[in-house]
Amino acid sequence: MAAIGLPKTAEMNGGQKLAMKYFTVAIALFGAQVLFGMLAGLQYLNPDFLFGILDFSVNRTLHVNAMVVWLLFGFIGSVYWLLEDEAGVPIVGLGLANLIFWVFTLAVVVVVLVYLLVQVGPGEQSSIWLINEGREYIEAPRWADIGIVVCVLAFFYNVAATFMKGKFTNIGGVLVMDLVALAGIYLAGMYYTPNISMDQHWWWWVIHLWVEATWEVLVGCLMAYGLIKTMGVRRKIVETWLYIEVALMFGSGILGLGHHYFWIGTPEYWFTIGGFFSALEPIPLVAMVVHAVFDAGHHKLKSTNNPALAWIIAQAFGNFFGAGVWGFMHTLPQINLYTHGTQWTASHGHLAFFGAYATMVIAFLYIALQKWRGNVYMSGELIGAWKWKWAIFLLHAGMITMVMAMLISGYEQSQIERAIGGSDWMAYFAGQSHRWFMQGMFWRQIGGWVFTAGFVLLAWDLMTIGKRETRPALTVAAETAAA
Amino acid sequence: MSETHTQALWWASESFWRKMAIWVTAGSFVVLIFLTFDTVKQITAGTKRVPAYANALNHRIDYVFDEQRNFQVPVIGVEEPLFGKILTEEEAEALVSHGKLTTQAKNCMACHTLLGNGSYYAPDLTKSWLDQTWGSSAAREQAMVDFLMHPELAAHNSLGRRMPNLGITEDEARATVAFLKWMSSIDTNGFPANFKPIDQTDAAPVAAPAAVPAPAVEPASAQP
Repeated sequence: MAAIGLPKTAEMNGGQKLAMKYFTVAIALFGAQVLFGMLAGLQYLNPDFLFGILDFSVNRTLHVNAMVVWLLFGFIGSVYWLLEDEAGVPIVGLGLANLIFWVFTLAVVVVVLVYLLVQVGPGEQSSIWLINEGREYIEAPRWADIGIVVCVLAFFYNVAATFMKGKFTNIGGVLVMDLVALAGIYLAGMYYTPNISMDQHWWWWVIHLWVEATWEVLVGCLMAYGLIKTMGVRRKIVETWLYIEVALMFGSGILGLGHHYFWIGTPEYWFTIGGFFSALEPIPLVAMVVHAVFDAGHHKLKSTNNPALAWIIAQAFGNFFGAGVWGFMHTLPQINLYTHGTQWTASHGHLAFFGAYATMVIAFLYIALQKWRGNVYMSGELIGAWKWKWAIFLLHAGMITMVMAMLISGYEQSQIERAIGGSDWMAYFAGQSHRWFMQGMFWRQIGGWVFTAGFVLLAWDLMTIGKRETRPALTVAAETAAA
Repeated sequence: MSETHTQALWWASESFWRKMAIWVTAGSFVVLIFLTFDTVKQITAGTKRVPAYANALNHRIDYVFDEQRNFQVPVIGVEEPLFGKILTEEEAEALVSHGKLTTQAKNCMACHTLLGNGSYYAPDLTKSWLDQTWGSSAAREQAMVDFLMHPELAAHNSLGRRMPNLGITEDEARATVAFLKWMSSIDTNGFPANFKPIDQTDAAPVAAPAAVPAPAVEPASAQP
């Protein structure tokens, strides 16, 4: 009791101690994502900046890869966090899990160093095995792919074995099935073909079926757990909602894959299938908003952990707007012909990844830190609450500024370069040098600075939140759950 | 009271939605698998949508408007071998593969887009073989090789954006050009739309007579 506000790892279970390690790396990589994103953004404004030293391609690769890996670390950490709590037994294979954490982290460091220092290789198989696979988001060289699969299999073993030994809650069941799909799909990205159409076809299996299907279900599980923890929402309600979300998410998302098959050489029937099912993709996201907001209202926003609840609500809206609305805006082939591969896509990508995934991992960081500080008070009138409030505000203000700026550049690009110019190189540069485009890039950078400030404040807050508190956490959760 | 009432609603029950989740997921996945078999068949090299490597490299690639489909489609034209050499299918595939590996090893997609996928800092490469930037189609092959080997020397645009020197060798550059030529022959359902391809009618390898009418045209078009 006396130790409230001080780090208390001794009271956390094995999975939770491990989760803290994953979260620490996740935040460091989040910082790397912001840093390299800022450098890449500056190169739009001043192309000579770091030219020949850290070219745009290097910064951009690090920007998107840091994102994928920090979110993965965040997800893995979150699952380890809830594992023993959900299953009701100590984690199975904790020693292996700890070893895998260090292997995974070391592999990430090596990959990043190679990206930074080696950058490119000769046009041979050895380059894609050792340096860079050159395929967006999954640039990691093949040796690292194999390493990732091994790590994920070990992670899967921990999760499945722990649930099997303890009790399989509905959240646990969905989680295990989802991890099977998540790991299996990654294999689709691990092969080489000279045929670019075939390459892109399977590449989308990884990218789409991760971010528009299995990752969404994973955050659905995390949200279900988060709502139980922060507000004491009845398990039966969140688990029923979870199944509704799975049905709608996979029902729309699996065949929604077709919206990536309009222009890569794949047959014309994907126009209909991809257009139709991807138009349905926002529906589960609406369900998640309704679910989260209804529960929050039902519990009169009374929670054991206000910052976590705020980020969960942010997730519901961010997912709906970023993935749902921004995705739907350009998903039908009639518009996508002009927006495919423009800043429009970048605008959607930023809001969706931040809104759907970054938010949920941050919510879990706050849930974890509360316990780490000895189950400290984190409800209203929290000492030093301005930090988390300003962090969430600055991160959103910065993100929305970036997203709107890129959207305007995207409008201009799809008009000038695509519709009028005909998409050749002259048209591309006519679009890129247009004043409206450059204004968008300028404001994107301003948004980037605001976001960076938000990130710094967030990192500071994560290190200090609850430090000066002596009150124990509210117990609103247990009371309502019993009802 | 309301508790029991909620229990009675089958469509709001956990067990109903669990079954829905399983059936919908399984059903969607089965449909996807069937479609995947068909799609993979249609995008294998050597089919109508994705031409064989040698067929593309040994012939001219046109990009013409198809009235029936209402968009531009690539058409394999007269014999016009890349770098003047007719290739067998094995040789062509090896060359394209070397080019594809080069685009991966140099991480082209971290600035450019291929088939519209990648990054947005540099132009899309889907139809770059057909781009008017290369000037005359007769000089195109060498112009592309020279550019790939020393891109940092070329002033590309008013923005000052340049492609860095990625240490591309002459062999890699020629292979990359082969890859780009082959990629331009893929039927991408009209993407990119409204594209105005390079004039290839003067591309006959016999260059000598073509030099005579060329200057005569330019002053005429410059007069008004």
